[in-house]
Amino acid sequence: MTDLSANSAPATRHGASLLKQNARTRRRNRAEARFRAYGIAAIAVGLAMLLVLVFNIVSKGVGAYSQTFVTLEVELSESKLDKKGNRDIEEIKKVSTFGYAPLINNAFAAAVKEGGLETRLKPKDQAGILSKSAPAQLRDYVIANPDKIGETVSFRFLANSRVDGYLKGRVTRDSIANDKSISAEQLDFVDQLAAAGILKKTFNPDFVLGSDASDQRPESAGIGVSMVGSLFMMLVVLALSLPIGVAASIYLEEFAPKNWITDIIEVNISNLAAVPSIVFGILGLAVFINYMHLPMSAPLVGGLVLTLMTLPTIIISTRASLKAVPPSIRDAALGVGASKMQAVFHHVLPLAAPGILTGTIIGLAQALGETAPLLLIGMVGFIASNPPDSLAAGLLSPNSAMPAQIYEWAKRADPAFYERAWGGIIILLVFLVTMNTLAVILRRRFERRW
Amino acid sequence: MNDMSRLERVVETKNIKMECRDCQVYYGETHAIKDVNVDIEEKTVTAFIGPSGCGKSTFLRCLNRMNDTIATARVEGSFRLDGEDIYDRRVDPVQLRAKVGMVFQKPNPFPKSIYDNVAYGPRIHGLARNKAELDEIVEKALRRGALWNEVKDRLDAPGTGLSGGQQQRLCIARAIATEPEVLLMDEPCSALDPIATAQVEELIDELRQNYSVVIVTHSMQQAARVSQKTAFFHLGNLVEFGETGQIFTNPVDPRTESYITGRIG
Repeated sequence: MTDLSANSAPATRHGASLLKQNARTRRRNRAEARFRAYGIAAIAVGLAMLLVLVFNIVSKGVGAYSQTFVTLEVELSESKLDKKGNRDIEEIKKVSTFGYAPLINNAFAAAVKEGGLETRLKPKDQAGILSKSAPAQLRDYVIANPDKIGETVSFRFLANSRVDGYLKGRVTRDSIANDKSISAEQLDFVDQLAAAGILKKTFNPDFVLGSDASDQRPESAGIGVSMVGSLFMMLVVLALSLPIGVAASIYLEEFAPKNWITDIIEVNISNLAAVPSIVFGILGLAVFINYMHLPMSAPLVGGLVLTLMTLPTIIISTRASLKAVPPSIRDAALGVGASKMQAVFHHVLPLAAPGILTGTIIGLAQALGETAPLLLIGMVGFIASNPPDSLAAGLLSPNSAMPAQIYEWAKRADPAFYERAWGGIIILLVFLVTMNTLAVILRRRFERRW
Repeated sequence: MNDMSRLERVVETKNIKMECRDCQVYYGETHAIKDVNVDIEEKTVTAFIGPSGCGKSTFLRCLNRMNDTIATARVEGSFRLDGEDIYDRRVDPVQLRAKVGMVFQKPNPFPKSIYDNVAYGPRIHGLARNKAELDEIVEKALRRGALWNEVKDRLDAPGTGLSGGQQQRLCIARAIATEPEVLLMDEPCSALDPIATAQVEELIDELRQNYSVVIVTHSMQQAARVSQKTAFFHLGNLVEFGETGQIFTNPVDPRTESYITGRIG
């Protein structure tokens, strides 16, 4: 009796045949299909934006990796550089860069004559297509090799940023109408030199390896030295934030009593992770520079400030990975008579290590890309320094950092710097992508299941 | 074999290994264990039975101070191991746990090799002076854990790669490698199939030759099979404690009878 009624009731409620969907099922299926479509659309929008971003960065930044060079045979005439002819280095050093300008002018005159080029420009104006660093480059060479005086040596000079821009399509004859630093005749001359193979656009390693240059010489600016600055900052961040962060997390997670004091600490650490980085910058300025009198613009100070910023990230991720280790492992260790510390260091920490490492790398990547705190401790600005020659110099001598350098270039007037800013972003992104990939690989590789 | 053990049971009921008097456990405001008095005898298997949440595991964890790791737990009363109060301020729980080993409900081998799992206890307690001695201890423990023949060729394989029953026997081997005097087992067979359960039960019976074994179990048949003494817990009270045969055949308390006949639980 009961069986019969139980069987007949659902038949009317769910519709006659399973082969036909009822209205309710159709509605649910449509809702699901719509939701999937929204999801796919969201991912498509995200991907499209990423593509636009990458395309934009690469197309604008790739120009920074090539540079226009002019190859000239320069006669290092003894009468100009070493009048007495005794090769006394002190006397040679007395000739300033102005004294070298005529040599370059002569070299242009010779090149024009030899190549049969026709130009109405005076040699001085011909030399105007070169970078302002050209005479200094020549002088440096002569001081390093005084025995070459009297000989004719082949040099590769950087072309002026306008000329470089002309070859890259950034500068046109129209755009230079009001430009005093270059004339249409000079551009004609550039065309002739390019045709003769004297002037060429080639790969420029100095952009990756070199140091920043003043406003007048964007063609010789490079990101190398600020890369070293970033490296030293990351060393400081790693050396401080990893041990401090891991020790703090282990104590809080495994040893500290659970009471209102540890609750307050926990809440505050989470809050610290959300504090705007510029706040850490002004804290660094007040404490490390004004109070402790550490040097301005030094990677040491930058590293200390970024450590403050990275610590909450590392503590949070370390605590999360410690929490993820099942309590049964701790019980097992305690059950065979391990002390609390042995249980943590022999069993829990090794299992949490991949998570800790991943969190540290992500924290470092964040710190690497941070600009705002560096503004306040003087790491942004024109800091033309040479690559440091020792660890102490690397930590204490003024330097910039990659994102700070990019910001600095982006705000300078000359569009040639703008191109370098994009070029710098490519390098920064390569670093960040590499670090994040490393984090993912480590996590995949050492992830344990139990 | 069985007759032999029955004989032993009668002979050795007088040596008390652990003596627990007026034991109370509080979890915060909750009074989880109330006025429990239990004696754990030497070379005897004592079973704790009772419905879920009756406090038998909690009481078990008092015997090697595993409850110390729970911040809100508070233990009162007297727990004596060979006449010494294990909750005395001078007692280091680490030394206590070397004497009172524990096997948990879920097999929890370390994610390390089989060898390292067993060798861990002897290593941290300094029981072996060299590699050869350690090898010997590991082999002995695995033999007594009835696992040696199955794993002797792959001691370097991860302990987590064994089957559930093997993992539990590995955990037992790990616990006995430190030569404890009392072995606490918290539902050691609840995650195992009947065959593995039979192996572990056989093992418990053998372990009785050398240790006091205390086992918490949900299975009345298991308690009847492996134990000589049984304690029935209900709602934090020790209802009845006595010879296993007497508890199962002729319980004094009506609650015990209801439980073993399946009317409460």
